Parts: sequence; structure tokens; C-alpha cells
Amino acid sequence: MITFTLNNEQRSVDVDPDTPLLWVIRDEIGLTGTKFGCGAGLCGACTVHLDGEPVRSCQTLVSDAADLNITTIEGIDGKAAKAIQTAWEEIEVPQCGYCQSGQIMSATSLLAQNPKPSNEEIDEAMNGNVCRCATYVRIRKAIHHASDLMEA
Amino acid sequence: MTTTKTLASSRRTFLKGAGVTTGLLIGFHITGKGVVAAVPGQQFSPNAFVRIGTDNLVTVIAKHIEFGQGSHTGLATILADELDASWDQIRIESAPADASKYNNLFWGPYQGTGGSTAIANSWTQLREAGAKARALLVQAASAEWNVPVSEITVSDGVVRHEKSSKEQTFGALSEKASQQQVPEKVQLKTPDQFKLIGRNVNRKDIAPKTNGTAIYTLDISRPGMVIAVVKRPPRFGGLVKSFDDTDAKGIKGYVGSVKTPRGVAIMAKNTWAAIKARDAITVDWDDSQAEMRGSEQIMAEYRELAKTPGLPARYDGDATTAIAEAKHTLEVSYDFPYLAHAPMETLDCVIEQTDQGAEVWTGSQIPTGDQHTVATILGLNPEQVKIHTQLAGGSFGRRATSDSDMVSEAAMIVKASKGNVPVKLVWTREDDIQGGRYRPAYHHKLKAGLDDQGNITGWQHSIVGQSIVAGTAFEGFLVKDGVDATSVEGAVNLPYDIPNISVDLTTTDVKVPVLWWRSVGSTHTAYSTETFIDQLASKAGKDPVDFRRSMLKDHPRHLATLNLVAEKANWGSPITEGRYRGVAVHESFSSVVAQIAEISFDEDGVLQVEKVWCAVDCGIVVNPDVVKAQMEGGIGFGLGAVLRNAVTLDEGIVDQSNFHDYEPLRLTDMPEVDVYIVPSEAAPTGVGEPGVPPIGPAVANAIFAAKGKMVTKLPFSEGMPDLV
Repeated sequence: MITFTLNNEQRSVDVDPDTPLLWVIRDEIGLTGTKFGCGAGLCGACTVHLDGEPVRSCQTLVSDAADLNITTIEGIDGKAAKAIQTAWEEIEVPQCGYCQSGQIMSATSLLAQNPKPSNEEIDEAMNGNVCRCATYVRIRKAIHHASDLMEA
Repeated sequence: MTTTKTLASSRRTFLKGAGVTTGLLIGFHITGKGVVAAVPGQQFSPNAFVRIGTDNLVTVIAKHIEFGQGSHTGLATILADELDASWDQIRIESAPADASKYNNLFWGPYQGTGGSTAIANSWTQLREAGAKARALLVQAASAEWNVPVSEITVSDGVVRHEKSSKEQTFGALSEKASQQQVPEKVQLKTPDQFKLIGRNVNRKDIAPKTNGTAIYTLDISRPGMVIAVVKRPPRFGGLVKSFDDTDAKGIKGYVGSVKTPRGVAIMAKNTWAAIKARDAITVDWDDSQAEMRGSEQIMAEYRELAKTPGLPARYDGDATTAIAEAKHTLEVSYDFPYLAHAPMETLDCVIEQTDQGAEVWTGSQIPTGDQHTVATILGLNPEQVKIHTQLAGGSFGRRATSDSDMVSEAAMIVKASKGNVPVKLVWTREDDIQGGRYRPAYHHKLKAGLDDQGNITGWQHSIVGQSIVAGTAFEGFLVKDGVDATSVEGAVNLPYDIPNISVDLTTTDVKVPVLWWRSVGSTHTAYSTETFIDQLASKAGKDPVDFRRSMLKDHPRHLATLNLVAEKANWGSPITEGRYRGVAVHESFSSVVAQIAEISFDEDGVLQVEKVWCAVDCGIVVNPDVVKAQMEGGIGFGLGAVLRNAVTLDEGIVDQSNFHDYEPLRLTDMPEVDVYIVPSEAAPTGVGEPGVPPIGPAVANAIFAAKGKMVTKLPFSEGMPDLV
């Protein structure tokens, strides 16, 4: 049994320790907001927060998450998360929407640590998150907008 | 493939069948856990496209899939406007598979989404559906208040009689409306009367896509379900000889494997166990029927084939003589690679057999095909197959296959495994990149002659490549006299006023499976024609925009779109040092898009596309912000491909496997984009695809302006590696 805290709830799962956290969250726990995109840490669709830091859950073994705090799109809260989600809605960022949980997890983490990011800082934080619909113009705009919302 | 009626008769059926029914209808929705829940409610169903509940909610039934283009919102907007509903009371639901009601009116008897037709084919149909539902509500109010129909107004979801100050909601009138007779004819609005069309009403799918509650096929779970992955042949056309799963048996959660026509299907209780078990299984493949050539060899053969003309696709005048007699001539050849669609959500499908037949959950792009395919494989009647069309994480053409690719594969697994538990088929990214159904590789050869004034006197265009539709159910519609329209679209309809034009096509026989890829033929024809035009303009000593303008007198939409983008970008005025610009204009799916790209090079000489100005004429715009989003997305999708995407094969085996060697456009690659819409009162045309074709040639023309060299081998990382 491996135990961790997921969205403020303690969870125990009986899985092989080499199982990626992504599949534990999706298949064992049944939270499906975290998406599978590449299985190789190349697209960011599976981004979750591990003790507050963004990680690719497809590259994080569940055994490495033991006793730690995991937050998924279903559980994010706080000023940065609210600002990001509001900005995403107001600017209508999503198209197909499949990558957006991961985009929002990365963007929330960025704003939580740096409420006024420059374009270069946005590049650095977000370049690992692929969007095949290429909503990038709006992702950048929404992060700046969220930053303004946080200030207001 | 189907026995549904023709377009004309099915439309008549729809109008006639719009009789009123009332009573307890059951609506379905998928809950967060993917469970189908029945929601009983009093619903008034004026026609196949709308239900009005006593709770005052209006449900629009969308016959097209929502995979990013905002079609659900657009379809609902069209109906809601004629209904004079309030946008807040609108809900949207995917239609079931039923081609008698939900066929694509541009596709005859098929229900399906593609070719940027969702809004265009539904335009009049949904306006009539909305207007007729509105008429029933007005008649109901007239009967209830005993006032003439002509004195009743409807706006924002409220039915009113001004004189008596009476008003009612749709919900309150719905029961009475259900007893009214549907009028034969209704007056549709004039564009100045639109209240929702043309406005940026909010997309209904945005909120669930920002909080993780939007449900895609991958998120569906059924009791007792197993996850299946397939070990497919490493070469296209390969077959399974035998397999050995001894090493998989120790994997916790492994259920078993079966041989299917597509490969060995591995089933497990969870996705990770299925993926691990697949790695542990060994398969002996039979390559006797497989494609053994590499992509370089295939392209070398194409170049040879281009030396002799293919089948005529367009012959105006005598291009050969015109070029022979020209003052100057130019000949340029292009190589285009295979491209994968790589939607963010890889292919997936859930099938469950029931006492009544089978239920299918998938991003169904062609429900008619999916329904018939599952029925055939599982030995059912099509009506016994229920399709639950899910939101899909992109498609770009990938989910529109004539043989229902992932759906048929899932059905084969259900059949081979005796079908006693629900199966969710999952493709990994490696399966996706290596799984074929690519944009075909093509070789183009263009030759033209100029007179002493720099006018083009003759134009010869030869295209060599595989047919997308040969051997499929679409062949009858799209292949004429041996010419696949999807191979030459964008080339045969070259808009320029040139007296002698020929376009010919050589269709090749290669076993790499191919498919339409966002904007189809225009993905390559726009590139070759629009970059060739710039090279001819340069030879003629003319400005690229002026050169095009002088040849567009018979194409006012092209001209207006080009003029708009040139005006917005201040084409011709001085620009920042170190910046270069290129232009392209192209029509696809009846929409015209013109783009100007501005580029720069960093200190290492690496290309950066800084900004793109984009003008679009897509008829009446239902939702300007959605059109804008599609132009932005189309530009990004097209740019990523021309910069660095190619699927290559070595002795028949695909070289690429995931996003490290088939790397999509990323945030830092994305230019700033300004979109301008050409005002129009014509019926709407597509926007999902037409943003893609001009970006490649616009950027290539900017590179040509900077370097004096044209990229003729795609992607740029191959044709001009120093730039990428």
C-alpha cells in the first residue's frame, strides 16, 4: 500500500510501485481532469502539483509520491488558481480543451511563485506544455490578465 | 455503407416530421465518473434540434462533434437567434447517430463532421428549426392570451404582448406550445435582426475545460471495463504470424491478449498494466505484404514520376507552348513529407455490449460510418448500435476515417475477446505518431513563363502523390476521371488570371495509409503555388502584393481579403530593421484567408516568426471571437508543421515516435496574431481549416525576401536546416 494526500484527502492505493502517478490518479482514484498526452514528459498534459511544485505525473512514480501532497486540477485553490481559471474563461483560451488542465496547473504554479511574470518568464514556465490547437496567443494573454486580476 | 435517404428527401422528412410530441423524454448526460444517468423532465420537442423544458432550459441538439472549433456554440447560436432565446438558457447536447435526422447536408446520407462544413451546412436548417419552435411558442401565447399572433413579440427568452402587458417564459408556454401545429413556412430574420449571431456569446464548453470536469472518451469508465492497447505491425501492411505473452503473465492486472486483424490486442485491468504487458509480449510478424520502402526512396520515385505528365486535372489554353515561347521561364520543384495529426487526445474508444446491441463512446467524427462498422463487426443491425459522441481532444482530420479506424479496432477486440466485458481501447502517443493515416507525402513541379512585361503567360503544375480517398467509401464522390479532388484542390482553382494553365496528377501506390490533415490538399498546394508566385514576382521585378492584385480581377473575395490584410499590416511602408515580410492568399472550404508574416533571425540565425496579420472572408460570422481563435489556431498548427514536422520511414519503419522527434509548435514559436474579418452578408463558410494553408507560404516568402532563397523541401528543418 502506498499512501499520499490527494487534494487534501489521504489516499492509499495497492498498485505496483513503478506505476506512474498519472495512471494512479486516473485509473485507481478516478479523477480524470489530469490528462494523458505523451507518456514521456514531453507535453505537460499530465501536470499536477507535488508539494506545490509542478511535475509531470506520467514521469513520477507513485512510490516517489508516497507521503507527499498531490494537487490536481480538481483540487486547485487559492488566489493564483482562481485568477488563472477566471482569466482562462474570460479570454476563452480553450479550444479542444484537452491540454488545458496541464496548462492551468503550470500557469497557476508560475503565478503563485511570481505574480508579475515577464514574457520571458512565461516562456520558461509554459514551454513544456503543448497545445495542438495552438491556443498559445491566448495562454500568454490570459496569464498577464490573471496577473492583473491578482493585483486588483 | 448506409441506406439513408438522399439529401432532398431527408430534408423533406425532417420538415414533415417536425410534428409536435410531448411527454416524458429522457435526456442523458455523462456524470463526472462517466456514468450515464437518466434525467427525467418535462420536455417539449418541436423538432430534432431543440427541446424546451418546463424548467425554461432550451437544449440544442448538436449534430456535429465539438473537438475545439467551437461548433457546438456556433450551432446553438444559430438556432437560439431565430428562437429569440436568451443565451443563458441554452444547453447543448450531442446528437445520437441517426442519419435520417442529423446527416451533414453537404454529404448526402452521412452524418459527420469535416471539411469545415459544420456551420455552413447547418445554417438554414438550424435557423428554420429555431424559427419554427419560436412560432409554436407564439401560437401558444396567442391562444392563451386570446390576442393575435401579429401582436406578440419574443426577445431574450420571453414571449410578450405589449398592449396587455402579458409575458411568459418559454418554459411556462412549452406545454401549450406542444399542442400547436408546426407552420409550413416561417419568415427568417434579415441579418440586421440578428441578436446573437455576430456577437461574441460565450462558448458553452469553456468552463468545464478550465476545471477538469469536461469529459472525453479517455475519461469514460464502465463497470468491469478492461483497457486494451494494440501491438501493431512495425511496417504498414504487416500481419501477425504468432505471439507469445509468457512474460506478460506476471504483470499485475494483465487479463490476456488476442489476435485481431490490426495486431495483437493486450487487455488489462488498468492502462499501465496494459502498456507494460505490451512491452513484455513478443510477436512474430509477417512482412510479406508490407511496405518495405523508405521515405527517401519513395520521394526519389516521385521525382522520376514528375518527369512525365499525369492525368489532367485542369487544362486551360496551351501552357506548354506559352512557356516555350515565353521571354523568361522558371521551374521549381517541391518535396512535402508525411505528416501526423497528433491530436492531444490520442485515439480511443469504449464499447460495451448490451442486451439490446452495443454502446459506443468515442469522439465520433462520422457517426454513420462508426455505427455501421460496429454493427458489421459485431453482427448487429445499425440501429442496435448506440453512439455517444464525446468531446474530443482535437482531431485535425484524424478521427474521420472511412473505415472507422479506432472504432473498428475496438469492435474487433470486443469480438475477438468474446465481448463479455466493456473494452476501452487506448492509443499511446507512439501508436499515434507511428500509426499511419498521415497527410500524404507529395512532390510538386511548377513551371511558368513570363512575357517581357512580367506577366505570367503560362503555368504548368504537376503533382505526384498518394490518393487519400481511393479505395474508400468517399471515392465515388471525390475521384473523377482518375483525379482525386483532394490531391489537387488549391491548385486546380488557382485564382490568378493566367491565360494558359495546366494541372496534372500522378497518383502513386504506396502502402503507407494516408488521410486528410487539417485543410487537406491545400496543405501543400497553397505552399507550392503561393511561393512560386513570389519567385515569379521577383523575376518580374514586381511587388508580391501588387503582382497578385493585378491577376485577381475575377476574384473579388480574394482581392478584398488581400487588400484588407495589406492595409492592416501597412504593406509597403518601412519596417523595423532585421525584419522581413511575406504574404500569401488562399481559398479553402469556400473561405478566403490572406496572411502577412513578419519574421526575424536571432544571433544564431534562427528564424522567429514575430507577427502574423490575417484577414478572412468566411461569409456571415456567427461568432467573431471563435473565428479569430480558429485563425490563431490554424496559423499555429500550420506553422509547427512547416517548421519541423515530418514523418519519415526507414525500410518501411517509421523513424519518429513521440513529441521529442515530432515536436509540435510550442509557446515560444507562436507569433503575435491580428485577425481581421471581411464584412459579408453571404451565408457562412468554414473556419476550422482555412487558417492553415497561407501561413507556410507567407513565412517562406518572408524568408525568400530575407535570403533570396526559397525553401522547397519541407519542413524548413530539412530544407533550410540553419534556420530552425
